[in-house]
Amino acid sequence: MASRAHAAPPSRWRRSEGLRALVWLSPWLVGISIFFVYPLVATVYFSFHRYDLFTLEFIGLDNWRYLFKDDRVWTSIQNTLWLVVFMVPAQLIFALGVAQLITRLKSGLGLIRTIVYLPSLVPMVAGTVAFVFLMNPSTGPWNQLLALVGITGPDWFGNPAWSKPSLTLLAMWSCGNMIVIFMAALLDVPKHLYEAASIDGANAWRQFRSVTLPMISPVLLFSTITAVIYALQYFTQAMIASRVASGSTDSAGSVFTPGYPDQSLLTLPQWLFHAGFRDFSMGYACVMALLLFAAAMLFTTVLLRRFRYAEEVS
Amino acid sequence: MRFVPLAVAGLTALVLTACTAGKEAAPSLGAQPKPSGSASQALPAATLELWHGFATDAEAKAFEDSIAAFSKKFPQITVKTKKGVQDDQITAAIRGGKAPDVAASFTTDSVAQWCKSGAFQDLTPVIKQDGIDLSVLPEASRTYTEFEGKRCMMPLLADAYGMYYNRALMKGSEPPKTLSELTELTKKLTVRDANGDIKVAGFIPSAQYYENSPSHLGPMVGAKWYNDDGTSAIGSDPAWKQLLTWQKELVDWYGYDKLEKFRKGLGDEWGAEHPFFKGKVAMILDGEWRNAMIANDPKAKGLDYGTAPLPVADDKPDLYGSGFTAGTVIGVSKGAKNPQQAWELIKHLTTDTDSLVTLSNALRNVPTTKAAMESPNLAKDDNFKTFLDIFSHPKTSTLPANVNSVFNQDAFSTFMASWEKGQVKDLDAGLKEVDKRIDDKMKLSGG
Repeated sequence: MASRAHAAPPSRWRRSEGLRALVWLSPWLVGISIFFVYPLVATVYFSFHRYDLFTLEFIGLDNWRYLFKDDRVWTSIQNTLWLVVFMVPAQLIFALGVAQLITRLKSGLGLIRTIVYLPSLVPMVAGTVAFVFLMNPSTGPWNQLLALVGITGPDWFGNPAWSKPSLTLLAMWSCGNMIVIFMAALLDVPKHLYEAASIDGANAWRQFRSVTLPMISPVLLFSTITAVIYALQYFTQAMIASRVASGSTDSAGSVFTPGYPDQSLLTLPQWLFHAGFRDFSMGYACVMALLLFAAAMLFTTVLLRRFRYAEEVS
Repeated sequence: MRFVPLAVAGLTALVLTACTAGKEAAPSLGAQPKPSGSASQALPAATLELWHGFATDAEAKAFEDSIAAFSKKFPQITVKTKKGVQDDQITAAIRGGKAPDVAASFTTDSVAQWCKSGAFQDLTPVIKQDGIDLSVLPEASRTYTEFEGKRCMMPLLADAYGMYYNRALMKGSEPPKTLSELTELTKKLTVRDANGDIKVAGFIPSAQYYENSPSHLGPMVGAKWYNDDGTSAIGSDPAWKQLLTWQKELVDWYGYDKLEKFRKGLGDEWGAEHPFFKGKVAMILDGEWRNAMIANDPKAKGLDYGTAPLPVADDKPDLYGSGFTAGTVIGVSKGAKNPQQAWELIKHLTTDTDSLVTLSNALRNVPTTKAAMESPNLAKDDNFKTFLDIFSHPKTSTLPANVNSVFNQDAFSTFMASWEKGQVKDLDAGLKEVDKRIDDKMKLSGG
């Protein structure tokens, strides 16, 4: 009996512990209820309604069924997945490479660090507009520079085959935040591990694989997950690039179609916004929002499991 | 565990109070008794909030000048304006209970949804009450400001679309009146270099070029967007096929790749580098506002150009002189704090001849009422007069208000881009597919 009493504390004590925990958790509980649970429940609720932003009418699964008739949504999903599969790794590899180089610099560290971080300070819209102008095949200097070395530059943002790679270049240019995070992680790796690996005869690549990567894996995991979520929510740069490259805008009797050229820059968040706020189909936009949420959850779960598995193996 | 129901109850109360906050009913238009006598002046003092899309200082000032006359008439009413406002901001404000008393929009795309949902108040009772004769407005303007019998908007100023031509590049040719003449003249005026690259285009037929949207091009062949039952008429109206066939033939004559290369090098529609200003395109489809842009651009000021109605299908000569029109719309939003005063302001801005003429002279848009168009005070040179004539032509058409207006235009524009690129093998089947997309979406929207 004595041992049982020891294992299970008196119920009053448990209650007071529970109450204390609730009190400490209450700001978080209120926050998550208002800013996560309530919007999520509301989104599910609206997805079964015809919701024109002002009036609600229950229509069952019609919004969900329409998902399979809307070819544009599948195009936007393909484009978004392209960004996750190609843009995110490109950003990560580039940022890690630049961070590695910077941490090895003997002098001029402050200056180089500032130069590398500067693009992150440029407002997204301004940076995107500048990129599109610089890469304009007829008037931009990029192709003129390429022409000097005998390369015919492509129509970067005007050709559907090149538009997403061009956005990837933009993303790499502006990934200063990621570089800074990687730099901090790399500088945190104890020097003696490299010394030990070096004594054991490990070359630079082996040191990177067996020392650097395992040591920075939590930071790598964090950066990968945030970059994937960011790519899933990719909106502003794609929208601005598309608008500027198309050279058109909304006017009476003329609407701007997102995704120019040929819907190649149409991402799911853009189509969601378009459906909800331009087409007044917020119920359908909620279906897309739930799809996006499910995708983000899926990617995050898969990444977490992969990293955990890799950690266990190593 | 007893804290869980307590927490749930607390959260529910919080959510409910959050949902109902700010829902205090505002007075609706026409619900308040109108002051007796002449005395609209007897309206109680109020401060009106007016949101509009005019963004530049010059435009905003012109609009303020037009409001100044109202302020003289109603000294007890103060009007506070907010410039550069877009449709989604207006919608968000109305939803959030922070609606302005009056809001104006540059496009007509949201009118159907705003009328249907009650986001803007039905003006019919006060129009009747004040005995306003709407026949002073052309039919097209009446069409784009109402939906299913609800007139929730009034036309403020209108845009009319016609043709601009560069006299020097035309080399003495008269502007074309038919699509065949346009094709012929385009071929004659186009200049290419030794590689076949376009240096000067006669007319760019691409639907992706600036103002060449389907709604602006459609009136050239008398095409209609919707059947009487509200379904899409794009696949069934042969006029669209006629337009697209003509367009594709001209694109193919240029060579799609050559034309795209040329088009993409032309830059911004709204900048000083506009190809028409620079003599790179001989004929363009554009709105009446381009006159003001040419006049205000120091480099384009001396441009020798003329304007004319758009050429029309060879077999529909009676369409010549007509075109597309739409324009700025203005209404009293749901939740307006001072709806009666708001209506007086709208009435002044949209029906007072002097106000419309002042605004038109400053902004160089088409005034909407017949009296304003005929006013001796309206500045009208030959180039601007072309657009006044197009606007008042009985066959001039608009894009009828539709709950899916943006989607429908988007669906068709996308199709046209694929068509001119040569990605559509069967035009009839493709147009039917556009119909299906539009009708499916219309069903979802309850249209």
